[in-house]
Amino acid sequence: MRVLMFGWEFPPHIAGGLGTACYGIVKGLAYNGVETIFVMPSASGDEDQSVAYIINASDVAVESVSTDVDEFLDKVRFVHIGTNMVPYLDPEEFSEMVENERRRQLKDLSVSYGQKYKFSGKYGANLMEEVARYAMVGGTIAMQHADEFDVIHAHDWLTYYAGIAAKELSGKPLVVHVHATSFDRGSADHIDTRVFEIERRGMEAADKVVAVSDLTRNIVINKYGISPDKVVTVHNAVDFSGRGEMTVEKGVKEKVVTFLGRITFQKGPEYFIEAAAKVLKRTRNVRFVMAGSGDMMNRSIRHVARLGISDRFHFTGFLQGADVHKMFALSDVYIMPSVSEPFGISPLEAMRTNVPSIISRQSGAAEVLSYAFKVDFWDVDAMADDIYALLNYPALASFAAKAGYDEVNTLKWNNATAKLKKVYESVFK
Amino acid sequence: MKKSICLYFQVHQPARLRLYRFFDIGKDSHYYDDFANRTILRRIARKCYLPMNAQLLEQIRKGKGKFKVAFSISGSALEQFERYAPEVIASFRDLARTGCVEFLCETYFHSLASLGSQPEFEHQVTKHKVAIERLFGVTPTAFRNTELIYSDAIGAKVYEMGFDTMLTEGARHIMGWKSPDYVYTNAVQPGLKLLLRNYNLSDDIAFRFSDRGWSDWPLTTEKYLTWLKQSADKGDIINLFMDYETFGEHQDASSGIFEFMKALPDIVAKDKTFEFVTPSEATRKHAPVASLEVSDPISWADEERDLTAWLGNDLQQDAFNKVYGLTEKLAIAGDPILWEDFGHLQESDHFYYMCTKFFSDGEVHKYFNPYDTPYEAFINYMNVLSDFMARLDDAVAARDIKDTVVKETSAPRPVRKAASGKKPVAKKK
Repeated sequence: MRVLMFGWEFPPHIAGGLGTACYGIVKGLAYNGVETIFVMPSASGDEDQSVAYIINASDVAVESVSTDVDEFLDKVRFVHIGTNMVPYLDPEEFSEMVENERRRQLKDLSVSYGQKYKFSGKYGANLMEEVARYAMVGGTIAMQHADEFDVIHAHDWLTYYAGIAAKELSGKPLVVHVHATSFDRGSADHIDTRVFEIERRGMEAADKVVAVSDLTRNIVINKYGISPDKVVTVHNAVDFSGRGEMTVEKGVKEKVVTFLGRITFQKGPEYFIEAAAKVLKRTRNVRFVMAGSGDMMNRSIRHVARLGISDRFHFTGFLQGADVHKMFALSDVYIMPSVSEPFGISPLEAMRTNVPSIISRQSGAAEVLSYAFKVDFWDVDAMADDIYALLNYPALASFAAKAGYDEVNTLKWNNATAKLKKVYESVFK
Repeated sequence: MKKSICLYFQVHQPARLRLYRFFDIGKDSHYYDDFANRTILRRIARKCYLPMNAQLLEQIRKGKGKFKVAFSISGSALEQFERYAPEVIASFRDLARTGCVEFLCETYFHSLASLGSQPEFEHQVTKHKVAIERLFGVTPTAFRNTELIYSDAIGAKVYEMGFDTMLTEGARHIMGWKSPDYVYTNAVQPGLKLLLRNYNLSDDIAFRFSDRGWSDWPLTTEKYLTWLKQSADKGDIINLFMDYETFGEHQDASSGIFEFMKALPDIVAKDKTFEFVTPSEATRKHAPVASLEVSDPISWADEERDLTAWLGNDLQQDAFNKVYGLTEKLAIAGDPILWEDFGHLQESDHFYYMCTKFFSDGEVHKYFNPYDTPYEAFINYMNVLSDFMARLDDAVAARDIKDTVVKETSAPRPVRKAASGKKPVAKKK
């Protein structure tokens, strides 16, 4: 089995969790005997080439290999940047507008034909343009390597157009992998409709949709209207190889309860703050840390000050690399009170560091972690209860740490990718 | 009798805090950004303190007792002079020897202690008095509170501490139809005479002098003298109170500010309407015209002339309550090193940096602020304060043990009284 995989990032240069997951998947697939060609918009050359053949899309010029130019352009023409909402046009004006749009697109595509495009591979302002260009390069790569793969696999909406183009031009089956949806990024009534549209098209064009949790699978079925028999859950795993044990000397004497992640609405920072205030009413032998940054950070700081707990509630700002591991090592309790979390890898990291974790039931991780404490994100009383118990009953904390450690070590990509291989086999005729 | 002009300059430099992260708590208890403090102090010494002191000294000698000024130099600034620019102390000493310069008393740490803690307020006033006596050989008899913060209650307290003259702001909402150009008395203690800043004429020099957008730019001494005379037409005294850093730092030397100040005493002497007085001379010379009622504290800051620059939002109030909540424990611990840090952490500047009024008085606030956002200022301050609180708790615990041991071994020794609020003034190193 051979797979052509479209990702957006790959270690060591990663901005989000997607790159880490892709690495785990590619490695696991190799273990299960699946060869991978991994395409990314902007490779740096220091990626781990031992697990996959990596193609840097910035090195590939857009061109057709087996088909003629018009056919190629026609097949990738579905890609367009943004949506036009133009109200109050009569039918004649409307058809004229559509025709103009078609001509403009063809012109755009003709211009980029035969050209290389330098992708940033980041999540910047011209993301939509990069997504569209990536599709054209993706189609080109699919034709160039048509004999070298059996299945196409695309990760998250950024790569769906590339996946669709590759399918159109190669005729091979497409699997799209849903790590997060628009509904996890915005609140229910404020989603990015352009992204939603790309997601929906990707899922519709796909032969199978892989969701990272049952929670996400339900969203795919209910919000995107995808047939349930087409959607399969493959839970994420975590790769701890090459991770040394970190010993950190603790500066503070009190116990430390940590929240680590983007400080945004979806992560539920305010529930953590409320729970912290409740715990501090009962015990002073604790400090709370909110590590990360995000659009709710300033609001959270004001919230903490208003509650008068800022001598026990600390903000670290954005952490990366060794500081993240250091933060886990300093923690006595980890908490992930997410309002909506497709999976949520951070509690697994915490438990691997022997830190008992409290996670919201509204997270995919809750489906696989038996030994994490589970609460509804809005139930700050239950959250405070669990924190208090873990801080004050050593037997509970040491049991949770031990059992949690053993549990996360069973969540291996090798097992998850075996399931993924079955998905490939189901679409490969 | 001639009318009076009272010139008073404020000299203050805060102990700016270094970037202090959560990870530093309990590990490193050096809180100050020595490099920034030294660099800034030496720059301002070169641009303002030294040249302006030299110019004032020359004018005083030339005036043969006619030209007089007053200074208030915070203890925090004095410490930095001694450490980084002792020549500034020497030049102030030269000024002191002329007998034409009055040194005022204030809170040693330029703090908000008058609002936070009575014992701490008394302690800092005494500490400052001792420092002025030691360095300049004079005992201050007039008082100015941090940022000219004043209320009936604060004034009464100041009178109790033995001062008969106090400086404050001629805030519009307090004065109403009354003119700031007279001497007033405290509403509770008629023995305390008040000098009120004429903010229009003070700010003409301190803020507007180099503003080319100002309709009266450029300001000449002739023009300024006519304004002084207009204002004093119905009044006895004009109080020009401003930051000393106005000269050469806030208003660049190239604006002609030094020349302006050089010409002012001469033109005033020639005109014969006014004579220069120091604050204590002013209240002996002019009889008070009325008592002034100030129930809520006023200050010289921003448009509001109230406390909102330091205590206007939740962050500032929480930090303020936290730091002043420690006074009792400090009294128990009785450790001079802790007292020093405690003092520096009370500097009003730290609270000023947390101000969110950025949009109306933003320019002034930004100018004085080493932090990008009030949130950063708050986080950093609270991290430092958390470490300090941990040290304080340790010291209190150690003291408890020592007291117990002492009590058991030598019974008649008097037990240290908790929270007496009285403590010896720490000796300078």
